[in-house]
Amino acid sequence: MTLTRASATPATLLRPLAAAAHWLTSPLVPEDYLGLIDPLWATGELCGRVEAVHTETSDAATLVIRPGRGWIAHRPGQWVRIGVDIDGRRHWRAFSLSSAPGRPDGRVTVTVKAVRGGLVSDYLVRSTAPGAVLRLGPPEGAFVLPEPPPPRLLFVTAGSGITPVMPMVEGLRLDGVNGPDVVLVHSAPAHGEVIFGGRLRSLAARCPRLRLHERHTRSDGRLRPADLARLCPDWTERSVWACGPPAMLDDIAAYWTGPADGLHVERFHPVPTAQGSGGRVRFTRSGREAEADGGTPLLAVGESAGVLMPSGCRMGICYGCVARLRSGQVRDVRTGRVHGDAGEMIQTCVSVAAGPVEIEL
Amino acid sequence: MPATFHLDPVDAEDFGRELDKIREGVLASLGERDAAYIRGLIAVQRKLELTGRALLFASWLPPAWAAGTAALTIAKILENMEIGHNVLHGQWDWMLDPKIHSTTWEWDTASPADQWKHSHNFVHHTWTNVLGKDRDIGYSALRICPEQRWHPIYLAQPFYNALLALFFEYGIAIYDLELERIPSGRKDPKEALAQLRAVAAKIRNQIVKDYVAFPLLAGPAFLPVLLGNLTANMARNVWAHTIIFCGHFPEGAEVFTEDWLENETRGEWYVRQLLGSCNIDGGRLFHIMSGNLSHQIEHHLFPDLPSNRYAEIAPRVRALCERFGLPYASGSLVRQAGSVWKRVLRMALPGPGRPSAAEPPASALKAAA
Ligand code: FES
Repeated sequence: MTLTRASATPATLLRPLAAAAHWLTSPLVPEDYLGLIDPLWATGELCGRVEAVHTETSDAATLVIRPGRGWIAHRPGQWVRIGVDIDGRRHWRAFSLSSAPGRPDGRVTVTVKAVRGGLVSDYLVRSTAPGAVLRLGPPEGAFVLPEPPPPRLLFVTAGSGITPVMPMVEGLRLDGVNGPDVVLVHSAPAHGEVIFGGRLRSLAARCPRLRLHERHTRSDGRLRPADLARLCPDWTERSVWACGPPAMLDDIAAYWTGPADGLHVERFHPVPTAQGSGGRVRFTRSGREAEADGGTPLLAVGESAGVLMPSGCRMGICYGCVARLRSGQVRDVRTGRVHGDAGEMIQTCVSVAAGPVEIEL
Repeated sequence: MPATFHLDPVDAEDFGRELDKIREGVLASLGERDAAYIRGLIAVQRKLELTGRALLFASWLPPAWAAGTAALTIAKILENMEIGHNVLHGQWDWMLDPKIHSTTWEWDTASPADQWKHSHNFVHHTWTNVLGKDRDIGYSALRICPEQRWHPIYLAQPFYNALLALFFEYGIAIYDLELERIPSGRKDPKEALAQLRAVAAKIRNQIVKDYVAFPLLAGPAFLPVLLGNLTANMARNVWAHTIIFCGHFPEGAEVFTEDWLENETRGEWYVRQLLGSCNIDGGRLFHIMSGNLSHQIEHHLFPDLPSNRYAEIAPRVRALCERFGLPYASGSLVRQAGSVWKRVLRMALPGPGRPSAAEPPASALKAAA
């Protein structure tokens, strides 16, 4: 997969100038000052400005975002990590990009469904207004169609699982005579709760090569793999792309009899929940692992596992021991607070594992 | 007799628990307004720096020179004190903003951030005012308490302390290298050399920026710009030196011997931080300009709590000290700075000074407690 810059950079000319500017701004970088004028000019940290918010359903909204400098064009089906500051603290979550790439206006969209108890999704759906600046990660994910696309496709989606699939379907040339043959089976609770309902239906009405099966689970019940065989008898001969709740994906995978590379599934990254205390700690750089109880600081866990752990005061004051959390959550022994997002820096001397944890050390 | 005599271990534990409560209260209430404070301050500092540098381009006009130099000086002071020092303490790490984080911040001073975090955050804040452990007692160059053995070189310390004030950032950078530990093998010369290179790179960047690049850009105003930048750097140094020396060296700040550390409890750790630190009285602007090190006591009790909160918890800390019969050293800038200089002058001469000589060494306090 090749990633290309969204816009050709005149940077070749500007580079010597930028290097010279570094001498004037040391120890900062010129972007730190440019960011004062517009955060989107800073390249050190990718930002995006929300330019519009469209309500999709009662609990889902599409954010139209103008990405700042340094954004890399995405491919349909990919997702992006979005960082928002809530109560002064930054939180990151991954969301599918719901727009087709390369929009002439240079904007991208993400469609977010507010999950119950979901801090970030709720904030994005209900409290984000045009003008808000968000942090962006690069587009990520391998849930993308090959180029050229297979001649016969089946998409199986449920709920917000439609979000990565929508730009994939829209990116296909379905109006021509020799475009691919596409079946889309989508489940949602009810007619009015179908994310992109209007867009999907009008697309299906326009494109004879797209067959849309909408299932409303509140009246029709959950989709079973057997239903798939009925709705799309040749489904195991198609190239299948599925996205939705884990149970549905598991069902499909178990029922699948086609070639192994014919089924592509995208799981939404589960929000880590910290039940219990202690867990397996993996130190990703040194490749070491250790079992940690809920009382031993990660610093000590790492040291006894032979990991070169940076440290200092060992009592939470000097910040000589911070390391990046790759996954999992930790408990701060001083406050009992359980916290942790992927990418967060934690003080290993006052943190214990709250479940399995991965640390970049 | 100092009030500390009356603090028995049980009281020390109570004292510690009360402080922990204050700490937890602040941690639980951190939020939007704190984040807005540091972001706003950083923006103000950067705009002030831009303004100062812009004004200096017209520095052949004396008022522009004065205004530009003043703006730049204030910007540099804010950058070092309220922003750099506190960010490097991890006070803003809770925001999870990589741009305002102790692991990524680099500041406009000769000490590379990571070296300084070791010498300051770790060595100084862990072993605060413990003789032989805390190298910040006199910065290995000054004799500031009678427990330090006198040497004729100290006769010159009033002079070299003044010099140190002018070139403070370089003094600190060199001091952080712990060169005096090399002969005894407690420091690897190779490590010292690598650190020295990092310091040299920082000094080079600063020299290029302040004494070459900006003056050259100003063309005919080369000399006034250079002088303005030099003035700003030196004024910043003198200011930082003054505030920092007022934090631990005025009369009343206690020094401890290593046996205090034996089985030191969390409560006793708090007591030591308190007894070793002194505050400076002042208004909000003064506190910001001093990086809130005017709340040195609160800073030493809670080095990683955001500095904008020190002022609001100070009255509670003070009330606690009264309740437990502990001293809470605070005074005006003039008084504290005067006291520091008196001490520097007195300790230049041999013999124990007053009034510390009349007190038993701090280690006795613990034994008595
Ligand atoms: S080792 Fe000092 S904060 Fe963790």
